[in-house]
Amino acid sequence: MDIRIEHLTKSYGVQKAVDDISFTVRPGEILGFLGPNGAGKTTTMKIITNYLEPDSGDVLIGGQSVRDGRMKRYIGYLPEHNPLYPEMNVIDFLTWCAQVQDVPAHLIGTRIREMVRLCGLEREKHKKIGELSKGYRQRVGLAQAMIHDPEVLILDEPTTGLDPNQIVEIRALIRQLGQQKTVILSTHILPEVEATCDRILIINRGRIVADGTPQTLRKQAQGHQVLHIRLEEADPDEAVKAIMALPTVAGVDLLHVEECRLEVQSKPETTSNRAIFDLCKQRGWALVEMVPHETRLEDIFRNLTMN
Amino acid sequence: MNKAWIIAKRELNAWFDSLVAYIVIVAFLAFSGIFTWLAGADIFLRQQADLSVFFGVARWTLFFFIPAITMRLIAEEKRSGTIELVLTKNVTDRDFVLGKFLASLLMVSIVLACTLPYYFTVSILGPIDHGATIAGYFGLLLLSAAYIGIGLFASSLSNNQIVAFLLALFISIFFQFLFDVFADSTSGIIARLFDMLSAMRHYDSIARGVLDSKDLIYFLSLCFVGLVLTEWRVKQRR
Repeated sequence: MDIRIEHLTKSYGVQKAVDDISFTVRPGEILGFLGPNGAGKTTTMKIITNYLEPDSGDVLIGGQSVRDGRMKRYIGYLPEHNPLYPEMNVIDFLTWCAQVQDVPAHLIGTRIREMVRLCGLEREKHKKIGELSKGYRQRVGLAQAMIHDPEVLILDEPTTGLDPNQIVEIRALIRQLGQQKTVILSTHILPEVEATCDRILIINRGRIVADGTPQTLRKQAQGHQVLHIRLEEADPDEAVKAIMALPTVAGVDLLHVEECRLEVQSKPETTSNRAIFDLCKQRGWALVEMVPHETRLEDIFRNLTMN
Repeated sequence: MNKAWIIAKRELNAWFDSLVAYIVIVAFLAFSGIFTWLAGADIFLRQQADLSVFFGVARWTLFFFIPAITMRLIAEEKRSGTIELVLTKNVTDRDFVLGKFLASLLMVSIVLACTLPYYFTVSILGPIDHGATIAGYFGLLLLSAAYIGIGLFASSLSNNQIVAFLLALFISIFFQFLFDVFADSTSGIIARLFDMLSAMRHYDSIARGVLDSKDLIYFLSLCFVGLVLTEWRVKQRR
């Protein structure tokens, strides 16, 4: 089932938490929802799961509006802060979740075993949720979201509180689930988006400021090629002048005089690798380093959300 | 309705898994037992085999115990955020409120069932009016349903259990006896209005064994209004 979000707007008092947001997520796609705190990620997720009602606009899941609550059965949701009942033990809690989500009685046992295995809860399954560490609680949160095998998964910061090994496991799990299901996950951790998501949506102050794959976002943000090079047996000033004279080069910065490190910016839609190499060969300079400089996702994020 | 039952079952299990349910039962029995059998105008001084002393005491015990039972139900879910967990599952706001109501009413019924030995004891002591006794228990259940409605509404108003408890007591006390006091100190149509609103009057007539549809409608509508307001409050989050 696809998720279609159409002109969603939601205000708290005078402040617009979500301001006319529209996007679509297809099955088999994992959408990473990025944005600074208070950007409207959680509000959007709460509207998708029918916890909140939008002021205007609508969310359609498989073409059906979520407003009447009938689509809730197709959604698995891990809320922010992962609220759980601390006094219940893991198995009882998952059983209860399965019952509430209309899992047929004869399948409940199988589904719970499946979730316990998938989320690595085998050793903790008879403990009370209140006694679990944060990482295990997070796993219980994921297990309850997936217990009814939903078509749509909405995960609000799914990897908070997990240790590095668990993070790798959970990411792999989400990637695997994302092959058939429609997944939206929000996070602050930028490498996580690159590792798990097919598509990134950055929102700021309730509006979408970027939408695309990590690669296209980089290209958009950068616009032109940037190379970091290091030369040996060359005079830095002379090198700067000579490279500047190349037809494809837009600018050269001297980063480090002694080591003769330069940053070369090419003109849009061109590359300068070949020209620089030829120049060095001609002048007898040793080109010891040439590294394309990628704009990091962090920089893109900062540029788009700092204002 | 099925969903409401699943919600209710979870609450009942939570009460019986922790000590809460047992504490409530023991405290209720101790409180109403002392005032029925030992202290004050006790059952032996009546010269009559009936439970009207108990029904008089239970009215007050329930007045204090029901807010204690209901205070947690919604306030705690709001405080800990689990309300979001429940309501984003395949559960309507109405199922949620009804589940909480059902759990409370069952809890009160279990507590009241524990006082049935009083009934057997008195029926051995003398010829008891079975009809009046059954009506008395029925009256207690109706009163409880009304106070649970109020208690749940109070619980939905706050994130804090203590506030919810005090609020429930504050609202209930009007029905418990203040309206009765007002009715006595006023006259004419206002007095009749207060009289109509007083749970005491309605309860007393049921406890005497007179089952009037007026009283039935009174308690059921009080309960209904409480639950509708609770659902309205739960919806307010949106």
